[in-house]
Amino acid sequence: MSLLHAVIMAPFLIAAFIPLLRKKNMSRIHPGWFVLWLPVLLFLYFLSHIPAVNEVKSYSAAMLWMPSLDVDFSFYLDGLALLFALLITGMGALVVLYSIYYMDKDKEAVHRFYVFLFLFMGAMLGVVISDNLMVLYGFWELTSISSFLLISFWHMREEARYGALKSMLITVFGGLAMLTGFLMLYVMTGTFSIRGIIVQHGVVFDHPLFVPALVLVLLGAFTKSAQFPFHIWLPDAMEAPTPVSAYLHSATMVKAGIYLVARLTPVFGANGTWFWLLSAVGLFTMIFASFRAIKQHDLKGMLAFSTISQLGLIMSLLGVGSAGGAVAGNSMLYTAATTAAIFHIINHAIFKGSLFMVVGIVDHETGTRDIRRLGGLMSLMPITFTIAVIGAFSMAGIPPFNGFLSKEMFFTGMLNVWSLDIWNVQTFRILFPIIAWIGSVFTFGYSMVLVFKTFTGKFKPDQLEKKPHEAPLGMLISPVILVALAVTIGLYPNFLSHTLIAPAVAAVHPGLLAAGEHFEVHISMWHGWTPEVFMTLGVIVAGVLLYVGYGKFRSIRETWERSFTLNRVYDLGLSGMERSSRRLTDRYMNGSVRRYLMYIFVFLIASLGGTMIATQSFSLNMENYSSVTLYEMVIVAVLAISALSVPFASARIPAIIMTGAVGYMVTLLFVIFRAPDLALTQMIVETVSVTLFLLCFYHLPKLKKEKNSQRFQLTRLMISLGVGVMMTLIALSAGGVKPFASIADYFLDNSYELGGGNNVVNVILVDFRGFDTMLEITVLGIAALSIFSMIRLSLASDHLGVKL
Amino acid sequence: MELIMSLAVGILFMVGVYLILSKNLLRIILGTSLLTHGVHLLLLTMARLKNGAAPLLGENASSYVDPVPQALILTSIVISFGVTSFFLVLAYKVYQKLGTDDMEELRGEEDE
Repeated sequence: MSLLHAVIMAPFLIAAFIPLLRKKNMSRIHPGWFVLWLPVLLFLYFLSHIPAVNEVKSYSAAMLWMPSLDVDFSFYLDGLALLFALLITGMGALVVLYSIYYMDKDKEAVHRFYVFLFLFMGAMLGVVISDNLMVLYGFWELTSISSFLLISFWHMREEARYGALKSMLITVFGGLAMLTGFLMLYVMTGTFSIRGIIVQHGVVFDHPLFVPALVLVLLGAFTKSAQFPFHIWLPDAMEAPTPVSAYLHSATMVKAGIYLVARLTPVFGANGTWFWLLSAVGLFTMIFASFRAIKQHDLKGMLAFSTISQLGLIMSLLGVGSAGGAVAGNSMLYTAATTAAIFHIINHAIFKGSLFMVVGIVDHETGTRDIRRLGGLMSLMPITFTIAVIGAFSMAGIPPFNGFLSKEMFFTGMLNVWSLDIWNVQTFRILFPIIAWIGSVFTFGYSMVLVFKTFTGKFKPDQLEKKPHEAPLGMLISPVILVALAVTIGLYPNFLSHTLIAPAVAAVHPGLLAAGEHFEVHISMWHGWTPEVFMTLGVIVAGVLLYVGYGKFRSIRETWERSFTLNRVYDLGLSGMERSSRRLTDRYMNGSVRRYLMYIFVFLIASLGGTMIATQSFSLNMENYSSVTLYEMVIVAVLAISALSVPFASARIPAIIMTGAVGYMVTLLFVIFRAPDLALTQMIVETVSVTLFLLCFYHLPKLKKEKNSQRFQLTRLMISLGVGVMMTLIALSAGGVKPFASIADYFLDNSYELGGGNNVVNVILVDFRGFDTMLEITVLGIAALSIFSMIRLSLASDHLGVKL
Repeated sequence: MELIMSLAVGILFMVGVYLILSKNLLRIILGTSLLTHGVHLLLLTMARLKNGAAPLLGENASSYVDPVPQALILTSIVISFGVTSFFLVLAYKVYQKLGTDDMEELRGEEDE
């Protein structure tokens, strides 16, 4: 137990205490103020670790949990974990502050909101700081669950429940795949510790499970980080309150997959599959989602697709960056892409957080997020407009904001692929910068649509539910801080490069550094007339043209969109699975007892017969058989005939009499086979049974002739014949084998000496094996009692109105 | 003799299963009772038939038949008697309450 453990546990403890705030009479103060200090404090705590992490590269703490299973709470803080921890706590503080003004404490269940939010914050911190893969997985699923709870926060709304279920199904599917991947890693290395696995990455690299583990882990990362085709949950998750969207679905949770990829790059990186999966899926997601983003009418939907696209961008950069481990010599050329990815993680969290908050303000002050009803808000909401402009320009990659820098670095990373000469990259190398460029054009387009369709143009007051005005000051604090950061990072990016980015890059590529060496990260606004600058200029020109042609473009897009969407695939797949499993169950569980008995008997015949055939165990050994006399033959013949005639009896009484005859023949057989006690008992029991049968069914109507279909009758005959033949064959085979002597001699020898009786069967029943008899008496007692109560008690008859 | 007994056991099982697969409750109960007889005879047959006197030590015979399966069968007879009588009364009550002894008509509701 160390301070780091206390830090992870703190949000959970706070979450446990939040409901207590409600009990006290604090209704005048928003409960958000009582919890705001925690993320601030945690942020400061993590800030204080920056120098330490820079010096020694990591800071760790361990606590045993399940040592026998190799699972313990071991945490460690290196550059990458610290970067994410700062994002989580920093954004967390700003979001809590924003939510104080956004969530109405009288109309909303704010206590519940903060419980879920802090649960999420703790889980997310756990994901990024855990060293143990199992603990990481535990926290990972906790983020899925708390995200589910937060998306369905307004659970009265059907869309919220739909979105929550969808995100849950998709992320948990990925999470389980990832768990399998982690278990494979354990099989390969014998440890769950990430650091331990990184040390053994050579072992992992040559193992046959390498590619399956890689694919499964990436499946987890892609579902969590909303990569194509698993991105469909994110737009529906926009039903959550806006602070949640800003926090979970732009800055933190969707970056958990990014974190996982970056964290495991030392294990899986420098491999062709990894490179191609990451860069191809990432680039395709980027261009696809930026294309879809322009289509959206809902501002949050637009931001959701924008988030997907930016996450794709980061994924592809991490993919390209992983090539740095595979090439000898100029690896720095490719790790530049990793640097860009890390830098863009920070930038994206900043500008996307501010944009979500802007959309929340617009929604809050006008009552709508629909872009077709908005317009001309610039003069009414000047501060919000300024924030939106800075956020959107940063997203579009326009100088002097931070997004410009990471966009330039993105182009650099993609252009560097040109010189990569492994994994057949040359064939497709032209595609990398082109897709990146087209994606950026669309990004520029929707960024402009987001700002200018909302804030400029014609003001439509008649379409708005409220009279719009500037947001309260408290609501503006968080986005102002974020855009101030966007500008600051844009102008002075290098205060981040040595403190945060270089250690994070070092954590992604630990093998590329000699001891005591640091990654040199230098980001500057201007480095001459490089191709990246021309690409950016091209983006701006093409983006402006795209924005101008926005209206004309829309109709083409919509016809294309209507034809095929992945959401329809998901919906149809889900309902199809439900329908087909329902149909399957209805088919074999039709409520008919006969049908179920048939399944049982067919299975019996198949398994017994199959085993007999497979092991060739049928044998007929007749040498020890006893002789047959005519008398016995007659008895068995009568038995067989009366048994066979039972099914043919059309009336009740003959059927009962025939069964009774079988019973008496069995009694005679007991006599012949020297079993006097059995014969006595059988005779009495048979007599009583037949009497009971006759008593019971005296009042019932005559047996109806059963009308069974021809086909059923045939199956029934086949099944009963099969069971009979099976039993005969088994009896014959088993009778021929007698591997051990019977225990009977012991009973025969000791019955008198130990039991004091000459009747060996009776001595066995009450002395040697008296327990059986006791329980058999109990069975009889229970049967008698239940028959009695069944006849006497008839509670249900009062409800049914049936008189017995 | 064991061969014939095995055949008899097979016939009892066959008729028992055939009756159990019928619609009528009474036939099902008769089927279970035939199955019980089959099981008892099978138990007896498996212990080898008729190579000694009845297991009563007063006989002073040189060899006795195996007493263990007899004890088992005796227990089984009593238990199956209890179960059969319970089942019988249950069937009787079912008929009284619901007015039918047809298993296909005794199916539960859809979507239980």
